[in-house]
Amino acid sequence: MALLTVSGLGVTIGTLSPLDDVSFEAHKGEILGLVGESGSGKSLTAMAVMGLLGRIGGRVSSGSILFDGQELVGLRDSSYRRLRGKRIALISQNPMTSLDPIVRIGAQIDQVSLLHLRLSKPAAKARSIDLMQQLRIPDAETLHRAYPHQLSGGMKQRIVIAMALAADPDLIIADEPTTALDVTIQAQIIQIMVDLVRARDLALILITHDMGVVAQACNRVVVLYAGRVAETNTTQAIFASPCHPYTASLIGCIPSRDQAEGTLLGIPGTVPGVLNYPKGCRFHPRCGDAMQVCARTVPPTTAQPTGSVACHLHEVVT
Amino acid sequence: MSALVSLLGLTRDFSTGSGFLKARRVMRAVDDVTLDIPRGSVTGVVGESGCGKSTLGRLVLRLISASSGSVTYDDTDLGTLSPGAMRKMRRNMQMVFQDPYSAIDPRYTIRRTLLEPYQVQRTPLPDAEARLQELMSMVGLNPDLAASYPHQLSGGQKQRVGIARALALNPSFLVLDEPTASLDVSIQAQIIALLEGLQRDLGLTYLFISHDLSLVRYFCDQVVVMYMGRVVEVLPKARDTPHHPYAQALTNSHFEPDPTRRKQVQILKGEIPSPFNLPPGCAFAARCPAATPLCHSDRPALESASSGHQIACHHPQG
Amino acid sequence: MALRFLWGVVHTPRGGASAFVLMLVIACALFAPLIAPYGYALQNLPGSNTSPNALHWLGTDEFGRDLLSRIIHGARTSLTVAVTAISISVVVGMTFGAIAGYFGGMFDRVVTAVVDLTWSFPEILIALILIAIIGTGTESIIIAISIAYLAQFTRLTRAQVMALRQETYIEATVNLGAGHFHVIFRHLLPNAITPVIVAGMLAIGDAIILEATLGFFGLGAQPPIPSWGAMMSSGTAQIFIAPWIILFPGAAIALTVISINLFGDALIDALNIRSRLRDV
Repeated sequence: MALLTVSGLGVTIGTLSPLDDVSFEAHKGEILGLVGESGSGKSLTAMAVMGLLGRIGGRVSSGSILFDGQELVGLRDSSYRRLRGKRIALISQNPMTSLDPIVRIGAQIDQVSLLHLRLSKPAAKARSIDLMQQLRIPDAETLHRAYPHQLSGGMKQRIVIAMALAADPDLIIADEPTTALDVTIQAQIIQIMVDLVRARDLALILITHDMGVVAQACNRVVVLYAGRVAETNTTQAIFASPCHPYTASLIGCIPSRDQAEGTLLGIPGTVPGVLNYPKGCRFHPRCGDAMQVCARTVPPTTAQPTGSVACHLHEVVT
Repeated sequence: MSALVSLLGLTRDFSTGSGFLKARRVMRAVDDVTLDIPRGSVTGVVGESGCGKSTLGRLVLRLISASSGSVTYDDTDLGTLSPGAMRKMRRNMQMVFQDPYSAIDPRYTIRRTLLEPYQVQRTPLPDAEARLQELMSMVGLNPDLAASYPHQLSGGQKQRVGIARALALNPSFLVLDEPTASLDVSIQAQIIALLEGLQRDLGLTYLFISHDLSLVRYFCDQVVVMYMGRVVEVLPKARDTPHHPYAQALTNSHFEPDPTRRKQVQILKGEIPSPFNLPPGCAFAARCPAATPLCHSDRPALESASSGHQIACHHPQG
Repeated sequence: MALRFLWGVVHTPRGGASAFVLMLVIACALFAPLIAPYGYALQNLPGSNTSPNALHWLGTDEFGRDLLSRIIHGARTSLTVAVTAISISVVVGMTFGAIAGYFGGMFDRVVTAVVDLTWSFPEILIALILIAIIGTGTESIIIAISIAYLAQFTRLTRAQVMALRQETYIEATVNLGAGHFHVIFRHLLPNAITPVIVAGMLAIGDAIILEATLGFFGLGAQPPIPSWGAMMSSGTAQIFIAPWIILFPGAAIALTVISINLFGDALIDALNIRSRLRDV
């Protein structure tokens, strides 16, 4: 059974509806990739699951978020607080926003297990150092006493991951966790997360715009475009035989290892913002396979052998 | 193929402001770079943040002055030019910037932005409107946008304006400083395709600065790998296998958008050294799996291994 | 675009009310001889210190001069001094600030040191010291006030220019082969000017008070030319028998300054530049 089931999720901010009918499942021991370009709604989805939409003046307008059998939509703030950090943890893009610059990093990790696991101080410290070692942070005993500014970006992001793990959560949502980091460091953080998910039977939702990271790390992928799910499938199927033209074009945007010169195309047009979402299928103005119906009606989501796709090309004609 | 631009021993030091009760600290951002940029080809510079690649690009264009070393453009040593002669020289060598959002004066219309080069260079245009139309269609912009202000354009459109401005004076040499790094993936591919077509049609010479190996491999002829301000390896063909352990780590950290080619990432031990306090030996030695005591004490010089291939390593791999 | 923008500011309650008062004051200053019912120097000793009545709406002073007429003419003095002084201050301050912020180096260090030094004294003290050196009179107080406010605009422009210098479009312009003149006058100053102008507008309010204060000490416009500060000063002697002499010029100052501040505030909000004006 899925640990997290999001179905028909819609989000409104004021009069805007930046997220529409989003459905997916996250399973234990698996990494789910949430892929999309700017304005696709991937971070908004994470905020909805974390119950943080209120901070930006948004709210869930439809659908449900089931976490371990519990409905999160409409959950009271106090109940959400018990869930956040303890059972669902967030790793954000910029490690600096998650770390308090004037508190020793050890104390910041300790605090999580003191608060959520009610450990004693020495036990919390031992747990933090153990976590740091698991994340292959060298010289964990010394760094436990260091301040955030003494660490490199990659090391800080490992500390943030350690904090996320400290309460032993079931679900981690990582929002572009490596985007601000250098490639060699990114590769290592991704590797560490893949190992963690296997070792601890975690569910991880990895939000990214990088198809390389998706191919490397994810078990399943949800492709978002302009606030809707274009396609969802296993990573293998998404890359081997993408159903949605957007998915296919997106993969085509990254030159492959032996791509001949002059064959890179890109997707024409621009990524639409929430103020000018096109009618019908939101991808149709940029789609090479667009038909007349695409401009008129929203494509229904149809099941595929291992996933689903929202495209008129794959509509089942009855 | 002769070199259009030659760098000889190019070095640049930055010092942190020395002041009251503050020790002056010197950082060598670019260290002794000697390089030929062949006419009509694309030379890629790869490296991680802080490796000096952007500083190198600005040194080549003399947007910042070198601490020592020289830049020769078409047999003219730029260091010997008077400020006025250098300003005239700039029409031959232009730059496309990483951040299209701040690269255009917010108070300038697109029209004024694209005609500014002629005003600055005191080059009267017989027919400004015709040239404007020509430039805009050259970069795939609708000429109707001429009266728009930059805040009315998308990131991709702004970058096209940046490219058109760089091309206005018919330069032969362009420095492309991460021109797609702040764009969405689907837009990034459009821009690369555009730059590729322009290079072919106008016979331009590019210095392409990037951290993205897939783009460099696709787009470049010669590739220069930098680490901590120094060139560690020059590959005559972008798809050649690197032999420097750092260049290999970089390649190994790059994830292909293909789940059948997943990588086992080797976790590098050791930390990146401080640029203010580089070790006497090879800057990569602390993180290098093949390092020996020699690497920690003696800095390897950049030496030719085979035709066009240069490497700075005591123990080249594979 | 600029007109439509101003229209938008005027259509807020705060912006509209303050703009109305300001227009009135400016009209008084421009057309004083046409608006004022009497001449500002017209004496009528038997009718001195009359309280407000139908003939003299605001009463008369100790020489029997019509107070309303003197206040209307006084607007001319106050505004002329304040606007001229601040204009000089803005132009000179922008020049110093732009050069210091753009080129840096020795000039910048000297300018910053002088600005920091004058910043630590109140404007009135600087003005008083200068008047002690150059003497009294309208021209003198214009010079004194303009120098007193110089530090503010130098500092603000310098900060703006230093921030804008980091923008990529400045580097792009230099890379096109542009000289310093082009970069400063075509890019830096046009982008830096808005907050400086708004700060200048607000400073006019302060300058009116400073002018009145100097006038109160008898250092400004010389009699019989009316100035609000001098009128208040002469009113102090009659404060118990004819309080309107000190009250109405004071009210004119307060109303004008409050309107300027409210209008400036409305502009700052409409232009969304509050952050750019902070900490300078």
